[in-house]
Amino acid sequence: MGALNSARIGVVTFPGTLDDRDAARAIRLAGGEPVALWHADADLQGVEAVVLPGGFSYGDYLRAGAISRFAPATASVIDAARGGMPVLGICNGFQVLTEAHLLPGSMIKNDHLHFVCREQTLVVTNANTAWTNEFATGQKITIPLKNQDGQFVADDDTLDRLEGEGRVAFRYDGWNPNGSRRDIAGITNEKGNVVGLMPHPEHAVEPGFGPAAADGPRAGTDGLPFFRSVLASLVGA
Amino acid sequence: MGRVVVEVMPKPEILDPQGKAVVGALPRLGFTQFSGVRQGKRFELEVDGEVTPEILEQARRAAEEVLSNPIIEDVVAVTDASADAAVPQRAGLA
Repeated sequence: MGALNSARIGVVTFPGTLDDRDAARAIRLAGGEPVALWHADADLQGVEAVVLPGGFSYGDYLRAGAISRFAPATASVIDAARGGMPVLGICNGFQVLTEAHLLPGSMIKNDHLHFVCREQTLVVTNANTAWTNEFATGQKITIPLKNQDGQFVADDDTLDRLEGEGRVAFRYDGWNPNGSRRDIAGITNEKGNVVGLMPHPEHAVEPGFGPAAADGPRAGTDGLPFFRSVLASLVGA
Repeated sequence: MGRVVVEVMPKPEILDPQGKAVVGALPRLGFTQFSGVRQGKRFELEVDGEVTPEILEQARRAAEEVLSNPIIEDVVAVTDASADAAVPQRAGLA
């Protein structure tokens, strides 16, 4: 039945979301069918996975992701994620996942106080999640990073537990761009179905529009395996 | 009209980047006596009637569940501030 092509993956749009179109395009380029979901609608329309995209939902008022955490669509995503549905939170979406307590820790303002926008190299440290299984553990990838509140923080016990359980999914390589504890760029939950990261895989999915790569300027497509991974995990499920 | 004031501060062990920037700026403006600054948030919650113990309890719950994130912030005070002139009644929150 062409399961790969039929996989429907939702992308939630909140007021102030910026990267929903890019996320939908990334899903399509990976071979899935993107489904637009609206923050005020609790109906997830039968999607098999969800992406919470980047942006500045509700203007980052109160705390980044804090108000989106109480949206009807987010409540449905929380339930579905606890049931095992793959959920990827990118940047502001990662902040929503921590505010929703689907992932531990939180994000505060970058230690240097500046907005940062760069092509960031990461090390994949867990290639067994729903969103990273097309990578190899230890693989270096380069995708864009752009944030103001990107400093991942958690207490030492939580950090030790994340590292001990192999739940650090990505670490910054070469330079820590925001002061994140232990160079953590992304983490996963116990089951590996929920993944959050600050950098943006959806901006590195098409040659000519991605970061610089060995093949040439803007040739980088290291973000594509995120979306292929979830399609593969859905087929295997 | 009643008013409850909720004050939230970054946890002591969390670096407060905004406070750090402010303490760096103060000496440049001639304020040289301040060795540290931490920047928090103050919320003013208004109610139509009096601030009853129930409303104060609701405000405490809102402070813990919505207005602050316990991973990075502490609720340092939830106060009935209905009568500005009166001494604010501090609601003991650790």
